[in-house]
Amino acid sequence: MARNTLPSRFRGLDIDEYDENRFVDEQDEAAEQQGPDGAEVDALLRRGEMITAFHIALRNPPINSKNPAVKERAQAVVLRVLTSFKSSDIEPAVKSLDRNGVDLLMKYIYRGFEKPSDNSSAILLQWHEKAFAVGGLGSIVRVLTARKSV
Amino acid sequence: MAYHSFLLEPISCHAWNKDRTQIALCPNNHDVHIYKKAGNSWTKTHELKEHNGQVTGIDWAPESNRIVTCGTDRNAYVWTLKGDVWKPTLVILRINRAARCVKWSPKENKFAVGSGSRLISVCYFEQENDWWVCKHIKKPIRSTILCLDWHPNNILLAAGSCDFKCRIFSAYIKEVEEKPAPTPWGSKMPFGEVMFESTGTAGWVHGVCFSDSGNRVAWASHDSTVAVAEGGKSAVVTSLTSETLPLLCVTFITENSLVAAGHDCYPALFVYDAGKGAITFGGKLDVPKQSAQKGMTARERFQNLDKKATSDTKEAVLESLHKNSISQISLLDGGKAKCTKFCTTGMDGGMAIWDVKVKLIMYIFCFVQFSWATVIPNKMPKLLKSFLLSSLFVSVFNSPSNLP
Repeated sequence: MARNTLPSRFRGLDIDEYDENRFVDEQDEAAEQQGPDGAEVDALLRRGEMITAFHIALRNPPINSKNPAVKERAQAVVLRVLTSFKSSDIEPAVKSLDRNGVDLLMKYIYRGFEKPSDNSSAILLQWHEKAFAVGGLGSIVRVLTARKSV
Repeated sequence: MAYHSFLLEPISCHAWNKDRTQIALCPNNHDVHIYKKAGNSWTKTHELKEHNGQVTGIDWAPESNRIVTCGTDRNAYVWTLKGDVWKPTLVILRINRAARCVKWSPKENKFAVGSGSRLISVCYFEQENDWWVCKHIKKPIRSTILCLDWHPNNILLAAGSCDFKCRIFSAYIKEVEEKPAPTPWGSKMPFGEVMFESTGTAGWVHGVCFSDSGNRVAWASHDSTVAVAEGGKSAVVTSLTSETLPLLCVTFITENSLVAAGHDCYPALFVYDAGKGAITFGGKLDVPKQSAQKGMTARERFQNLDKKATSDTKEAVLESLHKNSISQISLLDGGKAKCTKFCTTGMDGGMAIWDVKVKLIMYIFCFVQFSWATVIPNKMPKLLKSFLLSSLFVSVFNSPSNLP
């Protein structure tokens, strides 16, 4: 039904929240997943070892964690690594990932799109193009349908 | 390959009769139309008007010639042919949401209906009261059941659901059948028992299918994955994350290979290798467009660059036979063990019949084995794969289509 033609201001409550049978996601343990180590990644970036920094940044994704601070921190680390890559280095970096790695990279890219800053969108779009060439539409669908995102 | 466009609206669901001369389909409204093949064309012979809501599932029992339909009006009807007229019998499903899918069991003494009320109704005919009775499978289903498939032993039922799981239930009804023999999925099978529950894949399960022996079950899920589970002490699950849009329907055509189709509008072949525990993509089974590559004028190139920021010469025209998503696959000849023909219907209102050359499948399977077995430098598999795919297209082209 069209939302803008029926008066629905009385719907102040989300009644689905009170349904006893509502679907709740499985709660997995998130103990081990603290996100990548920021200091280690910084050190590697300073030394110029881009690919290693990239791989370490994609380790330990805080997928199951319910702590938003952990997720923010992980996102910041990955974004720092992605923006410090030269355009020509992006393709070999993406090629060095396996299937799950490409899916994870796509998740971080879309997370980065959510909060665009000055420089990030352009470089993220370049990463997106290269990751899409490897992962295809399936990797984007998996970002959209993932219940536990990064 | 034969393609027939029935309507301009999506075909919600379809079912074939035993000798494949008649097809029952729902033209996206409350009715079921039955078309009969007459030479090269299809003529409408019956219109089954009883449902008050869109018909979401049709199944035609081959031996007893009964049609069961279910719809969004929360009802199911069993239709029997009396003379030249199809007479409906209402089945009380006791659900309070729409029914989504329906399947006759292999022995046709019961059928299962999946619905949005988070349960499966298993219905059987009670002789003394002369009506259809249903039993519910409720736990542990958390959301709508989208698809169903029966195991050849008439007891086990695979169900794919919107709570991201594919499960195998026991639908053993003691009033109509004997106690079942043990299977790789388990030996104790009281009604409603969960024999297997999938883990790992996210995304609604759109299509589910048992293999011919019943030892394997495959499902296609909305996160663009297709997975196969093998029954055993501990069920082994292998899945393939694909690069395509999600698949909506999947079916086994031999014990080791699957055909699946979905939002990409073409059927694709997948090969399952039990030894390696891997599923590999076997290729698109579609007719590539014969259109010549038109040269692009400089003006078109600049326009593309301006509008789409790319000078790609790919046209925005679908090259597949179906022009919209394929929603259902049904096997026509050969069954799940050695299928030679299958049929797809989709949201473009068309129905396509595809020939499968079984030798081709064996050929692909052997190739996959070969490339795994020998030590090949990194570049080679790509070459082999492209050779493989091109030979697939060549053989599919050359296969004499014995259909109008």
